[in-house]
Amino acid sequence: MGTKEINISIKEIETEIGNIKDLRFSVGRLAQETWDEPQGPTPFPSMTALRNWDLTLLNRYKPFYLPFCDLCCLCTFGKCDLTGDKKGACGITMPGQQSRIVLLAACIGAATHTSHARELVTHLIEEFGSDTRLDPGGLNIKVEAPITRLVCGMKPETLGDLETVLDYSEQQITSLLACTHTGQEGNPLDLESKVLHTGMIDHLSMEVADIAQVSAYDLPKADPNAPLVDIGFGSVDTTKPVILVIGHNVPPSVEIMDYMQDNELTGDIEVTGICCTGIDMTRYSPKAKIIGPISWQIRYIRSGIPDIIVVDEQCIRTDVLDEARVLKIPVIATSGKNCLGLTDRTGDPPDEIIDDLVSGTIDGALILDPEKVGVVAVKTAMEIAPRRKKDKKGIFLSHEEAIELAKQCTQCRECRRACPNDMHISDAIKAFSREDPAMLAEIYDSCVGCIRCESACSEEIPIHSLIVAAGEDTLRNEAFRLRAGRGAIQDIEIRQVGGPIVLGEIPGIVAFVGCANYPKGGNELAEMAIEFANRRFITCTSGCAAMTIGMYKNEDGKSPYEIYPGNFEAGAIVNVGSCVSNAHISGAAVKIASIFARRNLRGNYAEIADYVYNRVGAVGVAWGAMSQKAASIAAGFWRLGIPVIVGPHGTKYRRMLLGRADHDEDWYVEDARTNEKVYVGPVPEHLFISVETKEEAMVMIAKLSMRPNDTSRGRALKLTHYIDLHRRLLGSMPTDIHRFVRMEADIPITMKEDIVAILQEKDWKETVIPDPTLIPKKEVVQ
Amino acid sequence: MTQDAWLTAEVAGPKKASLITKPEIADAMIRRAKRPVFIVGSIAAEIDLEEKKLIDYVIAMAKRCKIQVVATGNTNNEFLKRGFTPDAVMPAVDIGNRLTDHTWQGVDGKGPHDLAIFAGLPYQMAWTILSGLKNFAPNLKTISLDNVYQPNASWSFSNISIKTWIMNLEAILGNREG
Ligand code: SF4
Ligand code: SF4
Ligand code: SF4
Repeated sequence: MGTKEINISIKEIETEIGNIKDLRFSVGRLAQETWDEPQGPTPFPSMTALRNWDLTLLNRYKPFYLPFCDLCCLCTFGKCDLTGDKKGACGITMPGQQSRIVLLAACIGAATHTSHARELVTHLIEEFGSDTRLDPGGLNIKVEAPITRLVCGMKPETLGDLETVLDYSEQQITSLLACTHTGQEGNPLDLESKVLHTGMIDHLSMEVADIAQVSAYDLPKADPNAPLVDIGFGSVDTTKPVILVIGHNVPPSVEIMDYMQDNELTGDIEVTGICCTGIDMTRYSPKAKIIGPISWQIRYIRSGIPDIIVVDEQCIRTDVLDEARVLKIPVIATSGKNCLGLTDRTGDPPDEIIDDLVSGTIDGALILDPEKVGVVAVKTAMEIAPRRKKDKKGIFLSHEEAIELAKQCTQCRECRRACPNDMHISDAIKAFSREDPAMLAEIYDSCVGCIRCESACSEEIPIHSLIVAAGEDTLRNEAFRLRAGRGAIQDIEIRQVGGPIVLGEIPGIVAFVGCANYPKGGNELAEMAIEFANRRFITCTSGCAAMTIGMYKNEDGKSPYEIYPGNFEAGAIVNVGSCVSNAHISGAAVKIASIFARRNLRGNYAEIADYVYNRVGAVGVAWGAMSQKAASIAAGFWRLGIPVIVGPHGTKYRRMLLGRADHDEDWYVEDARTNEKVYVGPVPEHLFISVETKEEAMVMIAKLSMRPNDTSRGRALKLTHYIDLHRRLLGSMPTDIHRFVRMEADIPITMKEDIVAILQEKDWKETVIPDPTLIPKKEVVQ
Repeated sequence: MTQDAWLTAEVAGPKKASLITKPEIADAMIRRAKRPVFIVGSIAAEIDLEEKKLIDYVIAMAKRCKIQVVATGNTNNEFLKRGFTPDAVMPAVDIGNRLTDHTWQGVDGKGPHDLAIFAGLPYQMAWTILSGLKNFAPNLKTISLDNVYQPNASWSFSNISIKTWIMNLEAILGNREG
């Protein structure tokens, strides 16, 4: 590992500012005198340090490539046609190229989280000091940064310590990215191993970002009872000035809320957020409101409700300025990573910037100082709101206006051919033009707000606005309650559920995470979460998925967060927070190994991943995964042996990691008690799989929650869920039950007759339940 | 004859599907195949083809031409409702993956498939899986029976109207002239 520790000690030095005596400082890794856990074999692992573990996983879950493009155009040798067994001018093959692109995507994702974390930590150190203690959970958390302990073998205690972790992440990502250069790594499995390394780094950086913000901003500290906050378009009081923040990096929003608080304006202005900034704002102040996931950007901006838009970073529409300009809504860009072409006004006095924004002299401004953003955004919103009153209706169309526009449609169907969800837009528009809005209103429910349809329309019909006009009642009634992101999982919660999870008596942990590129709207996701909470899985969520689950009501008008508890326990729905809070979900799996099983975490990645893989029935579901960050988050779960399911759009990530249930030889583990090889069946059967429908996803979740270590009681419970869901949703008994029954005691009593018949037909033989490991003893470094 | 992908942006590589310009082409391919397999997705039961659904045609074809059927997504339910039991129920990418393995002995264990017929999967999912097969299953031919062009299949209909589609499916079934 390349992280250097440089200790400098200067007895006396003459400088321009005077004579300095006894100066000591160190750069790099910190001494860990306060932590007596022995250092494991791989602290700060290099790109290749965990290669054996990766190849063990990849040997079971071989890539199935789904080339999304048959060409490579990454260098000027190209374009090269890689179809079939052709090679590029550099010698690369199609499998190599697909893995290379996956690595590229994962690097983009991990770089984004790492850069986010770096900016956050730098800002927080400037504001609160490098010695600020990390405190993600008060007295309830002793293992405060499980991923950092596991990967780096260090125990961070202050904000300053996190810089060392980020130094390491940045080094690794630079090297990983370098592997994608022409004529560099071309072996598909080596590239895949690097994808897994990138994923691990991603979770490390996410953990840094979230524990830094939780500690410094005093966000809910592992609090299962974090407050319920408002979410949805209809929860905004449009009579007040409205600020909209979009993005992921929360300091500018915090400064907005602080300025309001300091000037006693909190009740006078609505602060609203889209995407993860929205989530993190409500963790800081429950008075902030979330509008919805990223797909709500266009409809909310076009409503004209926001009086000012502040953007930070990630997943922001790049045409936000164009959309805002139409309604004379000023935009403030706050991140060097997303300047929007605006003039840098960071150095100007706030009042000058405000004057320019209010008068409309400028469309927007780049302000790279969060504190200044706070003043400018609040004052501008207050001054501009009264003038914008008449624009508040925005470009929302009345039914009559919308119908008139619909009449211009020539039925060319180009809109449908541009729609990622292949929705029947032209048919719906035809019906709408005949005053039947039902079909178009239905499209509202599944529309991801990409406005590709509008770009395609030669008649320049504002199709998305028509859809919103048809769905206006739904939109205006969107007012729900969401439990603010709680952050990490407490040690005591882990202690309580560790045993039941590892023995299989809690059927699983299912994490609904990721973006909002849903194939058929968000309700499907909420329905899945409810189903699994009812089945007493520990149901976790974060980011856009957490919002989507909240934007759902039962017959009594209650959202899932008002019904299910927020504790990390069976039958709960646990919102950990924003995208970067995903690290608490992987962290919880790691903490089970440490707190419940007392395995050493420190720098001991492979052993802990082997533990999690064989014992912790966790499954990730990224139903609307869209981004490169989702790719790197998934990869971080894979390296820990946690399978991930994506929706039908997920095949566009270009490769799956699939097991072959029919290859018996793939499913042997070593029994740590006897050193014998034992067949354990395909558990979990896949590491990364895209499924087609909600029903198929639910069956897959139940199936992938099985682990070799399940006790018979646990396995019987898991099989009950799998078989029950398969019967109910797919219509029949699964035909692979014999692969999951190890002994008669595994058979769910209520289904005994049916299952015994299947076992007889399949010539089933009893086996044993081992103490499972994939790492042969000789490889475990003591 | 050329054709554009149904979803405009889903442009394929240099190797593109040949067009099924008349039903005899598909019919001949199916008759010639020794070990065909149908891969039928969830949309098959949603698509209205006058009084029937796409899945009804699939069932008729599977019976008449003795084609094994894999139900993906939750399509199994729809088959069972119609009194037809598919030969296998598995995720679309799982069957796709197995088809790239030339040693895999097929749904019934009696030998590798030589033809895979796709119908009723979400467009982009079929697109990507067919791409996987185009690139990694050199011994397998693929047909897309949907009424939209699937550039990564070996053979595909062009983007055709429901009416033309019905005519073609009926003709393949031998119920009507093409
Ligand atoms: S805005 Fe909605 S309807 Fe239009 S292309 Fe995007 S998803 Fe389809
Ligand atoms: S692209 Fe425009 S004109 Fe063509 S069908 Fe769609 S709405 Fe009508
Ligand atoms: S593929 Fe993604 S990044 Fe590229 S243009 Fe479309 S939305 Fe933007």
